[in-house]
Amino acid sequence: MPRVASTGGRAIRLRDGIRAGAPLAPAPFAFGVSFGVLAQAAGMGIVAPIVMSATTFAGSAQFAAASILDENGTVLAAILAAVLLNARYAPMSIAAAPSFEGRPLRRLAASQLIVDESWAIAARGGGRFDLGVLLGIGLLFYPLWVGGTALGALAGDVVGDPERLGLDAAFPALFLALLVPQVRSRRALVAALLAAGTALVLLPLAPPGVPIIAASAASLIGLRR
Amino acid sequence: MTHVWLVVGAVGVATIAIKATGPVLLGGRSLPPRLADVVELLAPAVLAALVVTQAVGGDGEIVVDERVPALAAAAVALVLRAPMLLVVVVAAVVAALLRAL
Repeated sequence: MPRVASTGGRAIRLRDGIRAGAPLAPAPFAFGVSFGVLAQAAGMGIVAPIVMSATTFAGSAQFAAASILDENGTVLAAILAAVLLNARYAPMSIAAAPSFEGRPLRRLAASQLIVDESWAIAARGGGRFDLGVLLGIGLLFYPLWVGGTALGALAGDVVGDPERLGLDAAFPALFLALLVPQVRSRRALVAALLAAGTALVLLPLAPPGVPIIAASAASLIGLRR
Repeated sequence: MTHVWLVVGAVGVATIAIKATGPVLLGGRSLPPRLADVVELLAPAVLAALVVTQAVGGDGEIVVDERVPALAAAAVALVLRAPMLLVVVVAAVVAALLRAL
């Protein structure tokens, strides 16, 4: 893998990413606003959702944690659900690893810009990734995501009763919208249906959050070859 | 608020480590194939469970209220290939309208 020596080359490659991500830019901003509103309505306050967007930078896990806190689930359930959702970034980060350059600290910082969109758009097939595109999209999305969250959390403070506005109904719709692109194979569909059934059965029996953690065991069907 | 910050801190640290797995922690090695298959199914499984608990979850029981028709409306919007934000707004508006009736 040849390294790009000149700074000029790197600037051009970053610009490729920013250009590729620009048409998608409204999405992370709007998504950030909705996270800010919903997290604030879930009782997370204003600062915590912003800090979470700045450190976690992964929408579905943040929404999962906020929704479990909202239903008075335990701290452990909220953490586990978010971490299980983000576990998918491990194989994604491993796949992109050969394209990363520089010292460990630089690679650590760059790896934080892996999000679903930057990873997917930077993939060039055959296990190759365009690092400039990945970093460019990540750098474009990051301030939009964090800024959107801040705006949403501040706006949510003045919005009023979340149930009257139907905000509680936004959560299941959001998770459904996030689920659809994840169901790319028959096995993923089976795992999703098994997990949904498990959650439904456990809902009246287990404390909040526990049905979600238990339902994650449906992923073990991946052990079957 | 302490519990909120515990969640924010733990999820943040864990996610930073997970995203750094390939470029920093593993240094070029890959996951065992079976483990990779399980990890790939985690997101659809957890998201499906979240759809259920958020749509019909209540105080230790199954509650069917305005969230269910709202979710159905969201599903229709998804079938019509609406963008994610619109899907979410449709659900919120349907629930809010039904409650206002």
